[in-house]
Amino acid sequence: MNPSQDDHPHVPGPSLWPVGFAVGVVVLLVGIIVSWWVAALGAVLALVFAFLWVRDITRESHLTDAPAVAPETAAVSGDGGLEPSYAPEDRYSRSTFLELSTLGVGAVIGGIVTAPALGFMIAPAFLKQGEPDADIGPITDYPEGKFMVTSFTLDPKQGDVSRRTAYVRNNGQLNGKPSFTIISNHCAHLGCPVQPNGPLDPKATKHLGDVTIVPTVSIAGFGCPCHGGQYDTEGNRTAGPPVRSLDRYSYSIKHGRIFLGKPFSVGQVIGTGAQAKIEKWPQRYPGEPVKGIESWLYPIQPPR
Amino acid sequence: MATRKATRSDQLQQAILYPLDWIEERSGLVGGVKYFLFRKVPGDTDWFQTLGSATLTAFLVQALTGVILAMYYKPDPNSAYASIQNITNNLWAGWLVRGMHRWGASVFIILLFMHMGRVFLFGAYKYPRELNWIVGVLLLACGLLEGFTGYLLPWDNTAYWATVVGININGTAPFLGPFLAQFLNGGAAINADTLSRFYSIHMLLIPGAIFALIGLHLYLVVRLGVSSPPWSKEAAGTGPLNGQPSSNGSRSGLLRGWRRAR
Repeated sequence: MNPSQDDHPHVPGPSLWPVGFAVGVVVLLVGIIVSWWVAALGAVLALVFAFLWVRDITRESHLTDAPAVAPETAAVSGDGGLEPSYAPEDRYSRSTFLELSTLGVGAVIGGIVTAPALGFMIAPAFLKQGEPDADIGPITDYPEGKFMVTSFTLDPKQGDVSRRTAYVRNNGQLNGKPSFTIISNHCAHLGCPVQPNGPLDPKATKHLGDVTIVPTVSIAGFGCPCHGGQYDTEGNRTAGPPVRSLDRYSYSIKHGRIFLGKPFSVGQVIGTGAQAKIEKWPQRYPGEPVKGIESWLYPIQPPR
Repeated sequence: MATRKATRSDQLQQAILYPLDWIEERSGLVGGVKYFLFRKVPGDTDWFQTLGSATLTAFLVQALTGVILAMYYKPDPNSAYASIQNITNNLWAGWLVRGMHRWGASVFIILLFMHMGRVFLFGAYKYPRELNWIVGVLLLACGLLEGFTGYLLPWDNTAYWATVVGININGTAPFLGPFLAQFLNGGAAINADTLSRFYSIHMLLIPGAIFALIGLHLYLVVRLGVSSPPWSKEAAGTGPLNGQPSSNGSRSGLLRGWRRAR
């Protein structure tokens, strides 16, 4: 045996191509943020270096890997007898049976124990979702044309962790029915709480049981403190990273009180107030576009 | 006089060795520990090679302080914050143990990355140690998951909103992202179960995986041996062999020749 071959069996030599490839990938990723031609430059760099790298590797393997394959020989038994002779290990022996059955029974027991445990870990997050309707007080507490900052407890059994905030505006009457704009405060970028862009009037705060209503003085829209997403008063994105408009709550009026129902996602709002046309979508997680090519990345939605 | 002294030290030695021999005879553990601790390593290993055991030490500190913190912490949305306040302000040395866990987490992650950088720059991930690199990458992922799940546990506003953002970032992964987010939430949004869910993942699921992976990692280190640095003169493949020109060698890290050149 040649020791020099034994020492380093199949190690590729040092090469600068991987470094160039890595630089190309970095330039590509930075380019996605900065400008398309930087991205193109990065893509070209990465492709060129990847090509060189692969070429070197394949060339090396051609030189060194010349496996000495023994010529195929017919498996002929030396006896030359016509009857096939069975070696002892060919028989399906008792010990093989016991080995396999022990493994099989063990696997079945493991499966029986693991399946419900795994299911218990995963399933409750997807079954029986949905929240009860939340009562946020009488219509008369919501003056027309003004956003109110309403916080409420979605599920009293869960306590403060289910506390939510919505921006509620009374739009007056539409076809004889009261109309409201109820915007969720969860940013459509990554779910931080958006804030009203304008002063509040905390002295006029009303407490109705769990529900707290703080009037705004006048606001120009909403802004997110986390990553700077900006929205107008209808919840349409005006600046920053959000990929869609702010989510809204569906609502119903019973005995003169407003009840918040299921939230839904919004593509775009055209028009304002009661006359607004709203593109409604089933609610999605923040950061997921509801329309366009990027929304194809999320074809299936979990039940929620 | 001299003989009495000799017998006394003999007796002392016997008293110490007797329990060790007793254990060795029945388990072979003493020999095993000796085999593990007194392995041969290359003569020119230096301080860089201690980063791995430093990382292990940092993890053991996290495990120990974490177990003790778990004796006082309450993973319930209504009492978690108060229990953290109690640990920090009222319990004896609670501030110290919580501080060790909180800052030790950063130390652990930093040492993980330094250890990984050392292995990369030394080329110590190469044949036959690729599998150990892969195990190390799994350990890195586990360490980062520990950081993510542990960050929620103080249950203050920073923790809550950082986790909201973190889960929603997971939710933007293509195809299965929304399901991953819902799994992490334990529901459509962060709810009363999320905290105990993260607590269980943080202190049972992932630490178990880390312990198992560290066992595998160390087994491979013992089995394959410590690699010598790229500038080593003794390392295999660095000198000419049998009159052949020096090949690329098995120590072909980025730092190859750096020491010799100085």
